[in-house]
Amino acid sequence: MSTVLRDIFRKHEEGILVEWLDQQFADLGAKRQLLEERGFKEDSRQFLIAFSAAVESGDTVQLQGAAWDKVRALLGEISRARTEKGFSPTETATFVFSLKQPLFNRLRTELPGSPNDLFREIWTASELLDKLGLYTCEIYQKAREEVIVRQQEDMLELSTPVIKLWDGILALPMIGTLDSGRTQTVMESLLQKILDTGADIAIIDITGVPTVDTLVAQHLMKTVTAARLMGAECIISGIRPQIAQTIVHLGVELNQVVTKANLADAFSVALRRRGLGVGRQTPRSA
Amino acid sequence: MDRIPILRMGDFLLVTIQVDMHDQLAMDLQDDLANKISNTGARAVLIDISALEMVDSFIGRMISNIASIGRVLDAKTVVVGMQPAVAITLVELGLSLSGVRTALNVEKGMDLLRAELKEVNLMEADFVDSEARATSASEAN
Amino acid sequence: MLIPRQERLLLQKQIDVSNARQKVRVWSHELHFSIVDQTKLVTAASELARNTLIYGGGGTMLIEELQENGKKGIALTFEDQGPGIPDIELALKDGYTSGGGLGMGLGGAKRLVHQFEIESMIGRGTKIRVLRWQ
Repeated sequence: MSTVLRDIFRKHEEGILVEWLDQQFADLGAKRQLLEERGFKEDSRQFLIAFSAAVESGDTVQLQGAAWDKVRALLGEISRARTEKGFSPTETATFVFSLKQPLFNRLRTELPGSPNDLFREIWTASELLDKLGLYTCEIYQKAREEVIVRQQEDMLELSTPVIKLWDGILALPMIGTLDSGRTQTVMESLLQKILDTGADIAIIDITGVPTVDTLVAQHLMKTVTAARLMGAECIISGIRPQIAQTIVHLGVELNQVVTKANLADAFSVALRRRGLGVGRQTPRSA
Repeated sequence: MDRIPILRMGDFLLVTIQVDMHDQLAMDLQDDLANKISNTGARAVLIDISALEMVDSFIGRMISNIASIGRVLDAKTVVVGMQPAVAITLVELGLSLSGVRTALNVEKGMDLLRAELKEVNLMEADFVDSEARATSASEAN
Repeated sequence: MLIPRQERLLLQKQIDVSNARQKVRVWSHELHFSIVDQTKLVTAASELARNTLIYGGGGTMLIEELQENGKKGIALTFEDQGPGIPDIELALKDGYTSGGGLGMGLGGAKRLVHQFEIESMIGRGTKIRVLRWQ
């Protein structure tokens, strides 16, 4: 394994860092304002330290081992941070690619009379940086996906608000399909609301749930059980005739859970449970 | 060896679990409660777990046991204050604690117990009345 | 810059199970796991640590911090040189009991984590590794 790269870092680390910072700045053009001055210098310095340590380890082809893991970890963090700031994948990868120029310059000065060696070293360095640059793109991709997932979750939360109908009575109108991820979110917000409002009854309305299969029924039962553990009773309303048939057909155990055809009936039951009723305040007009 | 204190308030026994319980501590609590219910003739037990950040299958089983033991010794048990994260996790574990009465907090738990005890007292009073009437009726003959 | 860390805890006495729970709680809190995720991991650790102590005759728990694609996670590995589990599939079923009570809690613990790997050999011991991401 050639030691030229290693030697270059040992001798010129500081110089390379300075040139690299300038190159990054230049390559970023208009976006350079987004780079917080101190942060990006520190990132670059850290990366160079980790990178040269990894090159020291000798492996510049497979990129295996603890030293390269550390490099990748750093790149991962930097990549994510830039994604959040709104950088494009190219701009994020620029972090790595702009290191080529300063590195190649040094290689040229170190190997003046041997074009074959120079070619080989430039090729190795280029492949190395390409791999790392592509890695940042992958991280970027994953980070963006996660942002989308999080936004989806936020949307789901908005589409399943927990509403206080009356003192101690909450309503949870469910709309759309119920998967395990969504049930998790819904369960958490319902339980938190029970805690915050001191509710004893929660009406889960499934009018807006298109299909109920064994899995959905399981998720519903989990929610009911969790609420019960916190002292709140659940009433399930909005069971359409087809759903009722499916439930019976599937042999789903509803375990003494009160069910009502619609939210109004469920609310009526809830009021009675709490010893409340609705009374007329003004007489009907004559 | 530390033990979890059990407070007595008239017919009620109150337990507040505030520490991360290792198994022995849990089993000791079960023993102590059984003894105390029996010795004091307590009619109601309130267990406050609002400070417990974790309930696993062992502690879950202990809670179920205490409720069962209470039932046999004619005392009603209520467990109050389960944290949302704990409830979610217990359900995922597969435990529902179906034989255990629950309430959101100490206040609601006490209301629940008082209401149930009042009912029981009324029922018992009815029973005594009808027995008395039957006895006096047969004596009159 | 975090260096992936790991720690090994002994599971020889009851108090060790509590310590294991605490350790998992602290680490998952530091890695910004949500409260629900923390609780799930701590509860899974409690179940598995207890199994190691009671059914495995004592052993160790290795806790590791992981990172993949910028995401952080925690892996727990429970090892013992105990009798081993004769029928793993059975042990993973809910309600299975081998010695009074609700049994090994393996099925339940499995539902609380993202990854669950188990190796067991009769007379040699058991090794269970679970993983949860933040």
